[in-house]
Parts: sequence; C-alpha cells; structure tokens
Amino acid sequence: MSASVGEAAFALTLSAAVIRISVPYVLAALGGFWSERAGVINIALEGLLLMGAFAATVGAWFGHSALIGVTTGVLGGMILAGLYAWLTLVLRADQVVCGIAINLLADGGTRFFMKVLFDSSSNSPRVDAFDSLSRGGVAIHPIVLATILLVAVSTLVVYRTPFGLRLRAVGEHPEAAASLGISVSRIRLAGLLLSGALAGLGGVWLAADQRQFVAGMSNGRGYIALAALILGRWRPQTAALAALGFGAAEALQIALQTSGRSFERFGFALQALPYVLTLVALAGLVGRSIPPKALGRNEN
Amino acid sequence: MNQAGNRTLERIVPPLWALLIALGAASMLIASIGGNPHQVLGLLSLGTWRSGYGFGQVLFKATPLLFTGLSVAMALEAGLFNIGAEGQITVGALAAALAGATLPVGTPHWLAIFLCVVASFAGGALVGGIAGILKAWRGSHEVITTIMLNFIVRAAMVGLGGTIFLRESVHTRPVIEAARFARFSQWLSPSLFKGSAVNDSLFLALLVCLLVWVFLNRTTAGFALRVVGASPGAAEAAGISPGRVTAWALALSGGLAGLGGCNFVLGYKYYYEDGFSGGVGFMGIAVAVLAFGSPLALIFAALLFGTLSQGGLAINAVVPKELVDVLEAVIIFAVAGTKWPVRRMLSRSSSKISSGEKT
Repeated sequence: MSASVGEAAFALTLSAAVIRISVPYVLAALGGFWSERAGVINIALEGLLLMGAFAATVGAWFGHSALIGVTTGVLGGMILAGLYAWLTLVLRADQVVCGIAINLLADGGTRFFMKVLFDSSSNSPRVDAFDSLSRGGVAIHPIVLATILLVAVSTLVVYRTPFGLRLRAVGEHPEAAASLGISVSRIRLAGLLLSGALAGLGGVWLAADQRQFVAGMSNGRGYIALAALILGRWRPQTAALAALGFGAAEALQIALQTSGRSFERFGFALQALPYVLTLVALAGLVGRSIPPKALGRNEN
Repeated sequence: MNQAGNRTLERIVPPLWALLIALGAASMLIASIGGNPHQVLGLLSLGTWRSGYGFGQVLFKATPLLFTGLSVAMALEAGLFNIGAEGQITVGALAAALAGATLPVGTPHWLAIFLCVVASFAGGALVGGIAGILKAWRGSHEVITTIMLNFIVRAAMVGLGGTIFLRESVHTRPVIEAARFARFSQWLSPSLFKGSAVNDSLFLALLVCLLVWVFLNRTTAGFALRVVGASPGAAEAAGISPGRVTAWALALSGGLAGLGGCNFVLGYKYYYEDGFSGGVGFMGIAVAVLAFGSPLALIFAALLFGTLSQGGLAINAVVPKELVDVLEAVIIFAVAGTKWPVRRMLSRSSSKISSGEKT
C-alpha cells in the first residue's frame, strides 16, 4: 500500500519534472521552427534563450513584477533575433557564422552586464517577483498553457494561412516566392522575430524556475531544441513531442542520479541520447529528416 | 588585373573594417558604463604585450587557436563548415593524455612526442571523420552533425570520467616526462618567459600551418579539396568524387583541431582535465573567419584572439573581463557583415568603369 503511494508520488514528481524541463525545449524548438521554415538556420537559439532569461531577470528585478519580467524577456529575445536578422537579411552575412557569434555575444554580454548591474558576473540576486509565476504548480501554469497553445497555433498558422504558405515558400524556394512578389526578407524577418519571442519566453521560464539569472544557464538547451526540431522533421507538433521526449530523458537521468550510485554510470547515455538520435535521424537510418530546401542560403 | 585587385580588396577590407568597428564598439561599451576607453584599451594591449610573462601567455593562448582556426579554415576551403572543433580538440587532448600516460618510462623523447601528437590527431580525426562519412554517405549537414558530436563527446566524457580520471579529481594520470614539450622558460629565456606556459607546441602549430598551406596549394589532393569547395559539380565532371573528398577533408579538419590538445596536455598541465579547452573550438571559427584564407592572416588572427583572452585578465580590475567576449562577437559580426556589402560595392564600381570604357 505505502509502496504504491510512494510510486504514485514518484510518478507525479517525475511528470512534474518532465514538464518543468521540457517547457524551454518546446518553446525554443518552436522558435527554431519559425525561422528554419523561413529558410534561416537558427544556431542562435542558445543565445536567444540566454538573452530571454537575462532580460526577464533584469525586468522582474527592477520592475518588481513577474509580468514585466515576461515582457522584457520576450522583447530581449526579439531584439537579439532582430540583430541576427539585420546581419543575415540586410548585410547578407553567413547564417552559421552569425549564429555562433550571437551565442558568444549573449554569453559574454549577459556576464558583462550582470557584473555592471549586480556586481557579480555569475549570479543575480534572488528575484522575489518571480514567485508569483511559480504559484499554482506546473500543470496549470500560464506559461505551460501558453506553450501548448502556441504549438497548436503555430501548426494552424503555418499550414492553414496565406502567411504560413508564404513562409514555407520562402524557406523552400525563395527565388520562386520572390518572383510572385513576396518579399523574402520581410517574411524571414517575421519568422526570426517570432523565433526570438518564443525562445525569449523559454528563457523567461528558465529564469523564473530558478528565481534568478545564472551565467550560462541555457547550458546547451538551445542545441537540444535544435535537435528536437530536426528529429521532429521541422513540424511544430512532432518537434514539441521530441522536445518532451528529451525532457523526459533528462528528468529520468536526474532521478537516477539522486536515487542510487549504481545507476549513475549510465546517466551519460541518457544525456547523449538526444544527440545520438538526431545523428541517426539525419543519417536517415530511421525515417530521414529532410531540412527546408533553402535553409541557410541567403538571397543573392 | 582589376579583377584580381578586386578580389584582394574583397578579402582584405572586411577584417580591417572589423577591427575598426570592434575598437569603436569597445570604446562605446566602456564609456557607457563610465569607464575610460583609452585606459582600458591601453591595459588590453600593453597589459599583455609589455611584460615577458604576458607576451608568453598570449603565445600560449594563441597556440590552440592556430590549430582550431586552421581546422575550420581548411574545412572552409572544401566548402564545409566544421563547428565541431570543440569536441575534436577534447578527444584529441584525451587521446594524447592517455597515450602519454601509457607509454613505458624509457621511451625516447622524440618517439614519445611523435606518438602522442599522432594520437591527438587521430582522436580529432575520428570525431571529424564521423561527420565526414555521414555527409558523404547520407548527405547529413555537417553543421548540425558536428554540433551534435560536440555534445556526444561532452556526454561521453561524463561517462568516461569515472573510469579514467584519478580518484577525487577531474583529470587523468600525467604523461611521462619524455612526452612533454619543453617550455620557452626552460630553454629560450628563463627570465623573459618566467611563469608562462608557452611551449614548443607553438612550433608544431607553425609547422602544421606551413604543411597545410603546401598541401592545399602544391598537391593534387589539396587541389581536389579546393575544387570541391569551389564547385562540387565541376569536381565531379573532372573525375573527382566530392563525397570521398568531403569525408577525408572533415577527418583531416578534425585531426587538426585534435592537435590543439597537445598545447595543454603535452605542454602545460601534462594531463587531460575536464573543461581545459575554454571554448577554443568555437574561437577557432572566429580566427578562421578573420583570416580570409591566408596563413599569415591566420597567425595574426590567432595572436589577436590570444591577446584578447589574456587581456581580459589585465582589464578585469577596471571593467568586467567579459568585455573581450563581446569584442570577439563584434569582430565576427563585422567581418561576416561586411563581406557582401564590399563585394556589391566593388562590383558596382567595376561595372561603372567597364560601362564607362564602352562609351
């Protein structure tokens, strides 16, 4: 009897942990979806998450409000995505090179301004304003609900609206889209800004979850999101599912780590799982993953 | 003549412009937090280059950057983007450390060094080669596969750590004495380089730079690699298999990055340690981008980024040392963002000249 109660409690904690870990993965993967379907590689997801977390912390700290934190976090992601858009769309800079540099900028820039604002380049003070965001548990959390809604809406918009059709056209065959009078740059800008907003929201979750900003707190999550996007074959629902799966693997890994030493040795296998699966998918061994045709190519 | 001149300008203008922009951005950033740009930039340059120790440390930090920069640059010649230098240098360093620790104590110095260097190359080449084979065999984009491989390596190191690291530590057993590179302070000038870890692997780096240049410009295989980079279709028509070239080019590129591990393992700590790389794999991308395919510029770029990472320590008392990370990003943005505008400007001005000649 007591064992089954214990098991139920464990399952509940585990599923709460899965949701908690998956939210930023799903949001960042969805962000990646919007830019990559428009033909812009988004290696910068990592930096966008980090920027979102930092901007949310600064906003919530100085504005004394979680809502201000959410707003500044989303805006922070959009501003950094805007810089990426300016470089790749206006100056036609290489997308991969700039994506890497965006991540470098986010990492160094947040540490720099942390030191300036909070006199520590590694940790911000505890932000009490975030408490109101964590009330109510993960199941009915507004950001969790928003995430589910955003996945559904993204699917609808991309596959059922003229804007979505244009976005996909720009991602598959920009020359053809341009010849029909579609502004490739404008559509890609929209995709990138959405990407920044979504990844920024993912960053808000990271900061709110810890109630503070920690330098480098995105810790590779942007790349996991990218892996989820690829494994989900560049579709919102499947990408979200993949992200959820990666979240589950990570939650399991953490649970194993705390449960006993005998499992600890295998934790790394779970840690490597998302990346190995992505390699397998890219190699086409289990259902080949094919990217949007114009991915990474700038307009001539 | 005009064409050739244009091409040179196309290559040289973006990096020079980038340095100007970086200088401007740095000054603005420093001034915005109430600092004195003149003072900080002075510290950044003189605080490193003026003392023998600082200069030695710049060379020490430039050494792995030469390898990772070369790795990225060589892949770029083949039209490939190797983002995996971070994982490749990790495996390379580990391979060198394990080889150096297992060698019998009496191994001759030259043989021990040779075997460890070969091991580091092989380690990096293994990781790069996986991406190369996946690209050649299944067309998997190397940007994504190399990123994934970085993380697979990271996870694997977590798993391996328990078995290969010494108890209660995050490093391996030290390599035997014979497998160690001499430090400059040991033979060149004990007083000048006192305390600095700069070592003979710098010569290995310069030698490899030269070898890669010779390989790319003076050998058939190197020529094939460049043809595939310039136009895979043309390569195929000329009887070169782009797939095969891609596979070994990425393996070679990985091997070059792997060699970078020698600086730390054979020249500094004498063991592999978790987190030793400090992001030099990614900084190699910045070095390669700034070097525009010229070996001399590559050396210059590695020195610049070596100065920046050492300079962070010199300025930290006045402004946060993370300023240099921001500067690195700005330099990459400026180089990447100037290429296309410069090319367009040059093609416009040359088309104006040619249409002027007609009338």
